[in-house]
Amino acid sequence: MLRVSRPAGHGRLIGVLATVQTQMSEQIHKRSAPSRSAEPVSDDAVVAAGSDKLKADIDDLLDEIDDVLETNAEDFVKSYVQKGGQ
Amino acid sequence: MAIAKVCGIETEYGILGRGPDHNPVAASSLLINAYLSATQRRTSWDFDDEHPGTDARGFSVDDLLAPSIETHLVNTVLTNGARYYVDHAHPEISTPECRTALDVVRYDRAGDEIIRASMRAAAALGSELLCHKNNSDGKGNSYGCHENYLMAREVPFGRIVNQVTAHFVSRQVVVGAGKVGSEHPATAPGDVPYQISQRADFFEEEVGLETTVKRPIVNTRDEPHCDPSKYRRLHVIVGDANMSEVATLVKVGATALVLAMIEDDALGDDLAVASPVAAIRQISHDPTLTRTVLMRDGRRMTALDIQTVLLERATAYAAQRGLDAVGEQAGSLALEWWQRIVAGLGGDRHEVADVVDWVAKQRMVEAYAARHGLRPADARLKAIDLQYHDLRPDRGLASRARLRTLIDPTEVASAITEPPVDTRAYFRGRCLAKWPDQVSAANWDSLVFDLGRDPLRRVPMMEPLRGNQAAVGALLDESATPSDLLARLAV
Repeated sequence: MLRVSRPAGHGRLIGVLATVQTQMSEQIHKRSAPSRSAEPVSDDAVVAAGSDKLKADIDDLLDEIDDVLETNAEDFVKSYVQKGGQ
Repeated sequence: MAIAKVCGIETEYGILGRGPDHNPVAASSLLINAYLSATQRRTSWDFDDEHPGTDARGFSVDDLLAPSIETHLVNTVLTNGARYYVDHAHPEISTPECRTALDVVRYDRAGDEIIRASMRAAAALGSELLCHKNNSDGKGNSYGCHENYLMAREVPFGRIVNQVTAHFVSRQVVVGAGKVGSEHPATAPGDVPYQISQRADFFEEEVGLETTVKRPIVNTRDEPHCDPSKYRRLHVIVGDANMSEVATLVKVGATALVLAMIEDDALGDDLAVASPVAAIRQISHDPTLTRTVLMRDGRRMTALDIQTVLLERATAYAAQRGLDAVGEQAGSLALEWWQRIVAGLGGDRHEVADVVDWVAKQRMVEAYAARHGLRPADARLKAIDLQYHDLRPDRGLASRARLRTLIDPTEVASAITEPPVDTRAYFRGRCLAKWPDQVSAANWDSLVFDLGRDPLRRVPMMEPLRGNQAAVGALLDESATPSDLLARLAV
């Protein structure tokens, strides 16, 4: 039997987006819990933290693209020619 | 009851050598030879199409004259049961026969690692070769990532065509790999800055035999590589190669489920696209997912609408009939992810950017263009598209896209050398590993042994599930030589 990650809550979650999703599902859980009205501020805080995190993550991603993108992208794209296959 | 959806993927990788004299056929041969020299003794692929004893069930041993082996292009079999070869100027890997979509993901990932190991082996010999797991060069040349599914011969082919086409046209919104620009001749430059599928621009027919020109949405190749009286192999050429493991799982898992439903006549005839060839392109060219296509009954549906209906029916089918045909674990996981992706695409798309290739790539392209103020035609955006599929660890962008993984790296590593345990690939792989010098040739449905005496002996494997570990594991363990093995197999 293969060890695999389940869509939610099981196994190893990889990547920052997975973390964001986990926070969001916790948030949904909080909303449906009986104590929901007690701490409305923390919900917003989770959302704000999640969206800041997402933005920071995309910024990191763009930095990485800048690092690894072919230095002469135009030549690389122009010279990328394949023979047709199946 | 639907039969086991034994399945597999064949991927033609893009290949590029540095330098003006780059010859892709020579480069592909060099790539594969470098890998084989570094790893294992070569066993040739057997092109002999004869099947002695066509109605043989399971194993029987036949005497045979030496098969004719084509030697001018590299073509070999690996100990994991896969085939690694040069095809149409590309290196190509066919996974071994797998029992489930999850195993296909594992062997597809192993294939990527085999290509990476081959690039390292070629570099050690002084050749820098770049391999990409994509399906087009952006200049109108396409190469495939094909899937194969075992189906019962008794299912009328017309029913398959009628019922599966809507899935093949619409599934790209879930599993497309994304592409900057368009290569369709009727599209003006700039009209399609970004599209969902790598392949959709290249389909010109609804049904047909071709794979390299006038590509059909449903391919009619009838070459089962197993008992043709019982089975057919549905050869699917409409898909993109995926970098996302979840996308590969859903591509194969959802398709296997749809085919099981068709086999059980549980899908129905009502979901048919009026003009599939136009529709597959229209859907790909609309990343907003809002464009509708005309159905044969006059309705208009978006691709997401079609996928939603298919998903609902597959869920109901699974509840009523179970998931035996596609494997319980893999089937339920594929259904969960299919559902989650369809929901995400209909809601907040960022939620599926870690599993849907075209969304992950689109996010990179758009965010990068915004940061640097680039026009849609800027070469840097096409470079992002190409490098998303780049298998060089220091250049590849998919590995930086925060994609979720399903398979533990140790499971990928073992799949590079070990065959699946639950199909005939087990017998093929184990024999190759145990007796590399005496297996003189192999193909999907037979192994040829050279025992040092005349003549060569062929072992037919006409049943895709026989030859698994449960059936022949002990036999292989106990046989000291191939002669032993053949003596035990010959009933």
